[in-house]
Amino acid sequence: MKTIVVIGQTLLVILLAPLIGGFIRKIKNNLRMRKGAPVLQPYYNLSKLFIKQEVVSDNSSWIFKITPFIVLGAAVTALLLVPFFHTGFSLSNIGDFFALIFILSLGRFFLALAGLDTASSFGGMGSSREMFLSSLVEPTAILAVMAVSLNAGSTNLEMIANVGAIPVSSLLAALALFLVTIVETGRIPIDNQETHLELTMIHEAMVLEYSGRSLAMIELAAYIKQAIFFSLIAGIILPFSIVYPFSYAQVLAGFALFGGEIVAIAVITAVTEVSIAKMRLFRAVDFLAFSFALGIMAVVAQSIRL
Amino acid sequence: MGYFNASMSFSFDYLSLFFLAVIAVVSVPSAVYSVGYLKGEYPRAKIIFAWFLLVMFILAMVLVVTVSNAFVFLIVWETMSLVSYFLVTFDNEQEKSLRAGIIYIVMTHVGTALITAAILTMFQYSHSFDFAALKSGCQIMPENTKNFVFILLFFGFGAKAGVVPLHIWLPYAHPQAPSHVSGIMSGVMIKIAIYGILRFVICILGVTAMWWGNMILIIASISCVVGVMYALMEHDIKKLLAYHSVENIGIILLGIGAGMVFLKMDLPVLAVFAFCAGLYHLINHAIFKGLLFLCAGSVYKATGTRDIEKLGGLIKVMPRTALFFLIGSIAISGLPPLNGFVSEWLTLQAFFLGALAGTAGTKIFMGLCAAVLALTGGLAAACFAKAFGVTFLAMPRSARAANAKEVSLSMKSAMFFLSLLTVIFGLFPAVIMKILVKVSGEITGIDTAAMSFSLNNFSLAPQPANRACLSNPLLALILIFFCGLAAAVYYLLPGRRNTVKNRTWDCGYYKLDSRNEYTATAFSKPFRAAFSFFFLPYRKTEKIRESFYHVKYFKYETFTTPIFKQYIYDPIVNAIFMAAGYMRRIQRGSIHLYIAYIFITLLGLIIFYRG
Repeated sequence: MKTIVVIGQTLLVILLAPLIGGFIRKIKNNLRMRKGAPVLQPYYNLSKLFIKQEVVSDNSSWIFKITPFIVLGAAVTALLLVPFFHTGFSLSNIGDFFALIFILSLGRFFLALAGLDTASSFGGMGSSREMFLSSLVEPTAILAVMAVSLNAGSTNLEMIANVGAIPVSSLLAALALFLVTIVETGRIPIDNQETHLELTMIHEAMVLEYSGRSLAMIELAAYIKQAIFFSLIAGIILPFSIVYPFSYAQVLAGFALFGGEIVAIAVITAVTEVSIAKMRLFRAVDFLAFSFALGIMAVVAQSIRL
Repeated sequence: MGYFNASMSFSFDYLSLFFLAVIAVVSVPSAVYSVGYLKGEYPRAKIIFAWFLLVMFILAMVLVVTVSNAFVFLIVWETMSLVSYFLVTFDNEQEKSLRAGIIYIVMTHVGTALITAAILTMFQYSHSFDFAALKSGCQIMPENTKNFVFILLFFGFGAKAGVVPLHIWLPYAHPQAPSHVSGIMSGVMIKIAIYGILRFVICILGVTAMWWGNMILIIASISCVVGVMYALMEHDIKKLLAYHSVENIGIILLGIGAGMVFLKMDLPVLAVFAFCAGLYHLINHAIFKGLLFLCAGSVYKATGTRDIEKLGGLIKVMPRTALFFLIGSIAISGLPPLNGFVSEWLTLQAFFLGALAGTAGTKIFMGLCAAVLALTGGLAAACFAKAFGVTFLAMPRSARAANAKEVSLSMKSAMFFLSLLTVIFGLFPAVIMKILVKVSGEITGIDTAAMSFSLNNFSLAPQPANRACLSNPLLALILIFFCGLAAAVYYLLPGRRNTVKNRTWDCGYYKLDSRNEYTATAFSKPFRAAFSFFFLPYRKTEKIRESFYHVKYFKYETFTTPIFKQYIYDPIVNAIFMAAGYMRRIQRGSIHLYIAYIFITLLGLIIFYRG
């Protein structure tokens, strides 16, 4: 039973992950008084990329070839550790919250190498900036993890999802984690997913040389990563979970509530993106410092039992 | 002189055996590696000399960790320092080597002086140099003296370990030695200093005050960040690795410092756990740093340069070395599923559990330490993306890099062996943990019979009750499975058109060459800009003119200010030279004057003793 649920749940999240991206894009366009692409556009893109011809640079090596597999593999592995709207079905005894953050770093490390592998200045620039931002956002992520884990008494993700109460420190940590998500998923004000303008792109510059099925895999991995972060925030803000012998009504209620939270986070993300301008790269340091301060505040709030 | 009688005794307790293992694990492959590395690089007589020094060096290290008498300890410690000095200056026709040697020998002697002072102070209370006697002597030592001895010992061994601000010699000395020796120096010798701290501070002196551990945690945090930041700016591949040693010593000391804090907080289980984390990172670092130095040596041997800005594309001509370097890079960046990840995870867990058990202040302090560790891991990953990417990927930036050849079998096999260990230490942490628990139990004197910190042979669980665990073999299996699945989907699912090879997109320029590639300097530019308050970067621009009207070309160089050297060491060195200048005034070179000095001294002594 458990195996089937785990496989089903994982497949479901992988299937639904691009939808979040399409949904955010749709809201953004509507807020800007545009009609925008359909919500299902990410699926059309992925399926098109999946059958397109791929061009690989002469200069690249096997690193370039295997990177999409590692990025996608790491994203799916991380996905398995995350509890969604019920506990008991994530493989949380294989790795905890710390491990999750490290696993996602593995994919990024290889992406950075692949960016350098093609001998293009764009790729190198993207790698450099991505590693810069991600290394500076890492402390914030760990502080947020510390704060919520201290509330739960464990770094185990299911224990965190089972806390029940919502202390102030968890809210602060969730906010810090939201800022981490903005950096990790390449959103305004740090990066812009929609641009291919040379001077502003970070993540897109790094994967500029990818095409065809490889690009589809990298994009899918990015959607999955976004889904993971959104689920984590949802799990921290609203620690609502159902323990195993459950009724169908409970499953439906949990799913609806969880889905509602994800939608809410997606709307907040979209509104944030539309309402502020992208920062210069070196201004991003201020943003990261602010998120770090939030992380510290979360731990401080936890230490005085708020 | 009665107390020297029983002096040549050895101890083979768990702590000594653990460090013997660390020495063996790196020294043996390095020795195998040196067969291929030295061949063709040096004349025959010099190769024999290199072997002699290597054997002496390893032997000295073995003695340092096994003797059980402080007096003999000092002698073999000094032997180790001197032999390694000759290894640093092995390429003595280069001026750089001699300079590095001088910095090294001065710093290491400052350390030895402090250690000697500490041991003599302890001797005041024990009247014997035997470790067991020293230990009982320390029990009657007043607390202030203990604090004093701790400071002497920590900075004495810290100078050898390379903690900031005593790290200054490390980036000069380690890269200058032949590569197989650099690996041993960075991988093992600086760990011997950690052995000193464990043996003298924790076993013999005993942790007395809370601030000891706190101070170590703070200094370790600074070491981590400073080490990795300088590594990011470095383009000499061996210097870069040497700076990473500063960082990793910091990570090891984070574990050990946390253990000392937990000892004083009366949390014995956590203390043992934190020491295990530190020791785990210690042996891990020995392995992957040894591996990385051997790889760097192979690159140097094949291309004749250590400047990564002149390399590139080596993955095509040296595929094996590239793979081994990649494994080392993943491990040192603390990425799963290799060994660096496991020990960083353990250290983070130690901080988390300490925060959980501690007061509000402890929670914030431990949180900040964890944040520092995370920052270090992130920056290390950035640094190794740079080091691997610029050295091995893309197009070669010089003819030397383009014409490089893969290195010989003995070198490859040594690198292969260490890569294998990197994987094994990553995949079977629970088994290794069992051994480390015994070592930590012995250091702290805590009964560890009930502790294992693991659920079974596959998963680590610092506190089984709180369900936070890490099952690295399973994690690796899942990771490999999904990567394989992705590859299978990619290759086996129908509908994919043929892949074509073509030029990198070059904005229609059609002449993309290695000069268009991103360089290491460019890669580290964001860091240089963001941390400009630390690096104090400056640039020099020079116009080379043909005439007043025509500028032929621009010369453009960027620098960072070495603040530790400029603001701490240079003033000290200048002061010493000035003092020496004053001293010279009484050194007139006349024998009569010196006889007068001796006479006056004698007179003074007689008066002093009569009074």
